[in-house]
Amino acid sequence: MRRIALTVNGVRREAEVEPRLLLVYFLRETLGLTGTNVGCDTSSCGACTVLVDGQSVKSCTMLAVQADGTEVTTIEGLARDGQLHPLQEAFRQHHGLQCGFCTPGMIMAGLGLIESGAGMSDEEVRLGLEGNLCRCTGYQNIVTAIQDAAGKMRQAAPAGVQGGSE
Amino acid sequence: MTQVAEPEAQRWVGGGILRKEDPELLTGQGRFVDDIALPGMLWLSFVRSPVAHANLARVDVAAAKELPGVVAVFTGQDLADEWAAAMPCAWPIANRTLPEEPTADARIPDHWPVAKDRVRFMGEIVAVVVADSRERAADAVEAVEVDYDELPVVTDMQEALKEGAPVIHEAFGSNEAYTWGMSNGDVDRVFAEAPVVVKERYYHPRLIPNAIEPRGVVVQPVPAQGEYTVWSATQIPHILKVLIGLTMNIHEAKIRVIAPDVGGGFGSKLNVYAEELAAVAAARRLGQPVKWIEERTEGYLATIHGRDVIQDMEVAATEEGKTLGFRVKLYADFGAYLQLVTPGIPILGAWLYHGVYDAQAYGFEATGVFTNKTPTDAYRGAGRPEATYAVERVMDALARRVGKDPAEIREMNFIPPFDEAREVVSGLSFDSGNYQAALDKAKELVGYDELRREQQASGGRRDGRLLGVGISTYIEMCGLAPSQTLAALKYGAGGWDAATIRCHPTGKVTVITGTSPHGQGHVTTWSQIAADALGISPDDIEVLHGDTAISAIGMDTYGSRSLAVGGTALYKAAEKIRAKARTIAAHELEVAEEDLEWKDGKFQVSGAPDKAKTIPEIAFSAWTAHSLPADVEPGLFASAVWDPPNFTFPSGAHICVVEVDPDTGQVYIVKYVAVDDCGTIINPLIVDGQIHGGVAQGIAEALYEEALYDENGTLLTGNMSTYRVPSAAELPGFTLDRTVTPSTTNPMGVKGIGEAGTIGSPPAVVNAVADALRPLGIENDQVEKPVSAERVWRTIRASAGQAPAERVAEGGGTGAASMTPEEEGGVA
Repeated sequence: MRRIALTVNGVRREAEVEPRLLLVYFLRETLGLTGTNVGCDTSSCGACTVLVDGQSVKSCTMLAVQADGTEVTTIEGLARDGQLHPLQEAFRQHHGLQCGFCTPGMIMAGLGLIESGAGMSDEEVRLGLEGNLCRCTGYQNIVTAIQDAAGKMRQAAPAGVQGGSE
Repeated sequence: MTQVAEPEAQRWVGGGILRKEDPELLTGQGRFVDDIALPGMLWLSFVRSPVAHANLARVDVAAAKELPGVVAVFTGQDLADEWAAAMPCAWPIANRTLPEEPTADARIPDHWPVAKDRVRFMGEIVAVVVADSRERAADAVEAVEVDYDELPVVTDMQEALKEGAPVIHEAFGSNEAYTWGMSNGDVDRVFAEAPVVVKERYYHPRLIPNAIEPRGVVVQPVPAQGEYTVWSATQIPHILKVLIGLTMNIHEAKIRVIAPDVGGGFGSKLNVYAEELAAVAAARRLGQPVKWIEERTEGYLATIHGRDVIQDMEVAATEEGKTLGFRVKLYADFGAYLQLVTPGIPILGAWLYHGVYDAQAYGFEATGVFTNKTPTDAYRGAGRPEATYAVERVMDALARRVGKDPAEIREMNFIPPFDEAREVVSGLSFDSGNYQAALDKAKELVGYDELRREQQASGGRRDGRLLGVGISTYIEMCGLAPSQTLAALKYGAGGWDAATIRCHPTGKVTVITGTSPHGQGHVTTWSQIAADALGISPDDIEVLHGDTAISAIGMDTYGSRSLAVGGTALYKAAEKIRAKARTIAAHELEVAEEDLEWKDGKFQVSGAPDKAKTIPEIAFSAWTAHSLPADVEPGLFASAVWDPPNFTFPSGAHICVVEVDPDTGQVYIVKYVAVDDCGTIINPLIVDGQIHGGVAQGIAEALYEEALYDENGTLLTGNMSTYRVPSAAELPGFTLDRTVTPSTTNPMGVKGIGEAGTIGSPPAVVNAVADALRPLGIENDQVEKPVSAERVWRTIRASAGQAPAERVAEGGGTGAASMTPEEEGGVA
């Protein structure tokens, strides 16, 4: 067992973990943050995407021990004081989700993309989401939601620092 | 009872209100099966056959049982007395080629949740491991020793039908599950005498559904009572409850099935699976809660596949291209066993092989075949994508033959617009339709005439690429289904659905539905229906579903049935509420019921609109029961069960524009227009979302997806990195529009939209690619799904005589693995 300490959604967490424990299971089963989902076993679907030190990461490709000392943001860390994050709100306004299973990962991937300063053309957003699969929406409304939220977030915080992890 | 006036003000129906489901799903508060953890919960894991056909010579679990944390290991023999019946197949299609012929018995093989002595496909369960953690269960699976005496394997359905092929279920003597036919009109004469007959063969690759949430099940027993609560990622909690009861001899009142948030289904969760039954069996044996969550790679073997159909499709026509008859003979690869509705899938398309076109004669025949592969069953569209694809592709072939434009050949054969139910050549009665209107809109949106002019002017080229335009004017039948029709088709259940409305004294309303949504937004849509029907806000309505302890009666969600059947049940329940409320309102307002009119969401006295009662006011009166009219029971609640008199028939026109790179074979969709008609729209936001997702899935089928087996029955596309589910980067945006021809099947005029996109889109894409390749001299039927870069490249090379067109999946789709151009070497 290894002792790790990290910040998850702004809260410092410490735990003894097995070295083989994946970050996604640490989040889901050790911390009870079940918003982050597991959709495959080949790092193909992206349902488990979270932000680690501001970068989007598939939490099934990372061991919990590798997250020692990092700041992790999950889907549970976005809404503040009962207010949806602008990207969550945009997904709602544009019907960017149906069954909702890929949604946490899709939102975290979209947030990572927006915060990276990437361009927001259709093609750029679609390429930026290449690692995340959705079987319900056909992606069109997801792309629109990310573009809409990016516009609002960048207007509100031109430096691109508005996001989950602080 | 007084005739209830229909609500005149449609305040919520038709509006794109935001989904009530979203806040929890957007914030990580969704509750999926994998989010359930119970005290003392044990983990299940399954030992699965690595071979496609073998006798089980030895299943030795002794070493596995000794491992730390292992609670139990069960073989098929260990669990044999858990089953009162084999795994259910609810749709035993009769073996007959014509309706008037005597029917032979349906051939339904025994299918046990855990194999007892023989395995028949790779992935079949051989043993069940129960341990105190997921990891320890996985370790124990590795420790189970199985000796497989391998048997000859057959994976190609055409090979499977040949004399001397390995017989998968020996009792049947062959691999034919059934042959079933129907016809209308003098088919042989029409085809014999027609000046033009076009016949082509089409193949539908085997598809893996890929709902993003894997399957999973949690069972909590109360051993002393013999009670079981079953959480399952299922589309069908009600049907699952009945069938757990039947197969495991448990009283239905002792089974509670909960479909919590379910992450997509597309038919793959419309089943009763071995893992669900094995989980109940393990919980019954051990008296402890158990959990199983499917791994994706495991699911590729264990969850049903879709399609895998060969069709010989024919159209008979005049020299001008006027259609006279349609006839199809199809072969469907069922895999090794018949799952819940496997035999019925071809039959769901049986009446639709004439599409939206007039004709005098119609013939359909299907043969279902057993092979050593994962069973196939319903996958989004289920039988209707197959039919639509065959019709829409053969119409293009006919257009080529008679020298007409694909739009023109359709227009000259459309069934003319109709708004009363109308019998068509297959014998169905279509509910309403206007096919020309949808095609007109689609042509205008895509700039059809300009595109054809551009092709003419450029020889079909655009910037070095080949330009193609493809049309699909589809029809489907959904809203499953009239129970008596299902009876005629030997389906094992009814097609009705149920709804209950409870009006609370607080003015709030609870709706309980028998449908079981998993992404379709029923909570929002049902709220809109009830809001208009009862004159209240959707915000005051809660919609409950997916828990058989709360929603006791229902038939669940599949086949685009939920709105047309379950939504209509809600509409009818609201009528009952208003009828009772009218009686109470008349009593309280001291007028005759006839003097009340339902207007602006309340009962008003005619000519004195200030004298009125709202449903919340009446609900309170009905609850206190202080002054009710004679013979009126306290309380304002009602249930209704709707058994539809007919199917519904959504339709539409899709046009796809592609550019094909002649050097690489890469297909680029440069425009996709979908004009769909699903009758009355309740929520346009949700309808558009369903079309987006459906079209995306259909394009994926057309361009990318194909499950491949090798000759030993090994699934080669065995995980998400080798089976290509497209991401946003591989799909285009869509341009949508609609026409509205209200259905005559139900009072709201709704048809259904869950599968339309997946049904309409594949032929539009493939027709476009065939159109693009036509200037190279490539025939219509040389272009087949999936029109991947590799396959198109091979087709182009073959037509130029440069390389053999070694087909990726010849005929049965079970041939050797594909080779990339690089691997093939020397020809690129």
